[in-house]
Amino acid sequence: MAKLTLNDLRKLRDQKQKAMEKRDPSNKDAQIIVGMGTCGIAAGAKETFNAIIEELDAKGITHVLVRQTGCMGLCHSEPTVEVIVPHMPVVIYGNVDSQTGKQIVNDHIINKKLIDNHICDKPAMDIVR
Amino acid sequence: MGYKQYILVCGGTACESNQGIALFNALKKAVEENGLVNDVQVVRTGCLGFCEKGPIVKVLPQDTFYVEVKPEDAAVIVKEHIIKGRVVSRLLYDKTQSKINVGIEGIDFYQKQFRIVLRNCGVIDPDKIDEYIARDGYKALEKVLFEMKPQDVIDEVSKSGLRGRGGAGFPTGKKWQFAAAQPAGQKYMVCNADEGDPGAYMDRSTLEGDPHSVLEAMTIAGYAIGASMGFIYIRAEYPLAIKRLENAIAQAREYGLLGKDILGSGFSFDIEMRFGAGAFVCGEETALLASIEGKRGMPTPRPPFPAVKGLWERPTVINNVETLANIPVILLKGGLWFSKIGTATSKGTKVFALTGKINNSGLIEVPMGTTLREIIFDIGGGIRNGKAFKSAQTGGPSGGMIPPQFLDTPIDYENLGKIGSIMGSGGLIVMDEDDCIPDIAKFYLDFTVDESCGKCAPCRIGGRKLLNYLDKICKGEGTHEDIANMKDISEAMARASLCGLGQTASNPVQSSLRYFMDEYKEHIDEKKCRAGKCKNLLRYTIDTAKCVGCTACARVCPVNAISGERKQPHAIDTAKCIKCGQCFEVCKFHAVTRA
Repeated sequence: MAKLTLNDLRKLRDQKQKAMEKRDPSNKDAQIIVGMGTCGIAAGAKETFNAIIEELDAKGITHVLVRQTGCMGLCHSEPTVEVIVPHMPVVIYGNVDSQTGKQIVNDHIINKKLIDNHICDKPAMDIVR
Repeated sequence: MGYKQYILVCGGTACESNQGIALFNALKKAVEENGLVNDVQVVRTGCLGFCEKGPIVKVLPQDTFYVEVKPEDAAVIVKEHIIKGRVVSRLLYDKTQSKINVGIEGIDFYQKQFRIVLRNCGVIDPDKIDEYIARDGYKALEKVLFEMKPQDVIDEVSKSGLRGRGGAGFPTGKKWQFAAAQPAGQKYMVCNADEGDPGAYMDRSTLEGDPHSVLEAMTIAGYAIGASMGFIYIRAEYPLAIKRLENAIAQAREYGLLGKDILGSGFSFDIEMRFGAGAFVCGEETALLASIEGKRGMPTPRPPFPAVKGLWERPTVINNVETLANIPVILLKGGLWFSKIGTATSKGTKVFALTGKINNSGLIEVPMGTTLREIIFDIGGGIRNGKAFKSAQTGGPSGGMIPPQFLDTPIDYENLGKIGSIMGSGGLIVMDEDDCIPDIAKFYLDFTVDESCGKCAPCRIGGRKLLNYLDKICKGEGTHEDIANMKDISEAMARASLCGLGQTASNPVQSSLRYFMDEYKEHIDEKKCRAGKCKNLLRYTIDTAKCVGCTACARVCPVNAISGERKQPHAIDTAKCIKCGQCFEVCKFHAVTRA
C-alpha cells in the first residue's frame, strides 16, 4: 500500500469499520481471539492458538477466523480467549490450555454450548463505539 | 440447535463458599423442571468480581446482573426472567449504593472498570494497523493536522487536566507548553517506556496490545511542540513489545502516517527506538536522556528542565506510555469530556498492575477516585486464601505502604501523597498477614540500593545505611536508636537527593515506620516476627501434648536437631536448629509451633 492521503485514510477506516461490524472478514462469521501478550504467551497461549487451529482443521471448519490480540487484563486466568459466534453472547474464556482450546471448537463453535467453569467477565465496556 | 439464553453463575471461591454450588444446582433443576433444557444453558464462570455481593448471577444475552442470589431465588429467576422476560428487580444491584460515580453517562452501574488507555488492548490485533484504524485510530491525528493549530492542541490537553502517568503527575499540557514556547528549531519528543518498578507491567501490556496509540500520540505531541523527531526509550528486556513497536512503526511509515509530509499536511515526523539495558534510574528523565545520547545513565540537576534543554541540549518533552495512550482519546472526545472523569485534581483513569496476595491479579483501569477497597475486593476478588489484608504498595520502591485504615480513601495524586505514598507508574502490590513489614521495606531498599547510580551521596550512602539498619532489625539486633537514625536518614535522602530515585527511596521506610511501628517494636523489644518471615527471630518448639512421636519431624530435620523415642514426645535442640521450617511443614498433628 502506498502512502495515504487524508481521503484514503478516511475511506480505509470506513471500509474496515464496516468489515468489523459485519464481523465478516473474508467470509468468516465467527471469531476466536487469543490474548497474546507476554503474559498470555508465558502461560501457554501459543500452544492454545495452535491447538485451536489444528482442531478447526481437523473438524473441517472454515467459517471461523482465529486472531491474536494483546493482554485482556485478566492475568489471573491466562491464557484468555474471546469467542464471537453469531446469535450467541460474546464470551471471554480464561485458563484455556490446549485441551480447553479444542473444547471451545467442539462445544462452543460446533455445539453452540458455553463451556463450564472457564467464562470470565469482560473487564469493561467499550468506549470506542 | 442452540440456546436462547444463558444463566452464568459465579464459580469464584468467594461465591462458591457462599452457597454458590447449591445455587448452581438449583438453577439447573429449575431449568429442567420448566422444560427449558434445550433453550437455556446454566454455566459456572470464573470469578466475576464484586465478591462482597456474591453469589453473582448473570443472564445473557440481556446482560442482567443479579447480586446476593440465594438457592431459593433460582425458581424465581427462571419463572420471571427466563419465561416471562421480567427482570427480578429485588435481586438487582442497587445503583444508589455505587461508590463509583465518575460523572459520565453510559457506564454500567456494576461496571467497575473504565478503559481509555486500554481501549484497544485485548480487542485489536496489535500487528495490524488496519484494525487500529477501524477503531478510530489516527482519527485524532487527522483532526489535529487539518483542523487544529499547535496551540489549540496544547489548550485541549491542558483543558483535559491530564497529568503525567509516570508517577510524578506533572500536568501534561503545561509540559508541552514549555517546550512549545522555546524558539523554533530542532526539538524532540521522547516516550518513556523504561518501566522498572518490580511488579509493574502496564506500559509493556499497552505497547504490546496497542502500539499505534502511542505512535499516534507522539506524532500529535510532535506537531504541538514543533518537534520532527521522536524516540521511544524502551528496555531491551521487553522483546515482544519491541517487536510489535517495530512492526507498527514500519506499517505507519508505509501508510505515510510517519515520515515526510504526513497525509499531505506538510507536517513531518518520524520515530526511532532506543533500547535501555534495564537500569531503574534510566526511568528518571534526565538519566534517560543521557542514556539516549549514549552516555552512562545518570541524572543531572534540574533546572534546566528537559523542556528547555533536553536531548542534545534541545527542547525535549518526555511523556510516559500511559500518558500518551490517553492523548488520541482526549483530542477526539475533547478535553472537557476527559476532565469530567476522576476527581477534582486528578482527571481520567489510571491503569494498575494488580499483583501480590490477591485472587484476581491483572491489568485494570479505573477512574481516578476509585478506592483501594473497590480495587482489591470488587475487582481483585479479595485476598488469596481468605487471609487478612495488611498493606498495599503503590509506586513500587518509590511508594509507601498503605495500611487498612485507608482502604476507603479515593485514589488520586493528592490523597496518595497525603498518606505517604505516591501514585507511581501503577504497580499495586497487595500484602497480607503473612508478610512482614520490615522485611518488605528491606526488599524495596535492597532494590533501590542496587539500582542507585551512585552519583549523589544522600542516595548512595543513605540508602546503604537504611538497608543496614533494616537488616539489623530483621535479625533481631535492632535498637530504638536505629529507628531514630532511620527517620533522620530518610528525611535527609528525601530532601537532598539529586533525582526522584533517591528522593523517594525512603518512602517504604518512612511510611512503614508511620503505620506499622508496632511491628518494628516487636522485632526490637520482643525479638518477634508475627508473620514468621524473619528467620533469626523464629523459634520452633514441639508441643508435647500434641506430639504423638511419629518421628516424621526427626527424619526430615537436615541437622538432626530433633530427638525423641518413637511414640514419645520429641524435642528440638534450639542450639542446633537452623530454622528451615521443614518440621513445621511435615507435622500432621500441628505439634510443631513457630513463634
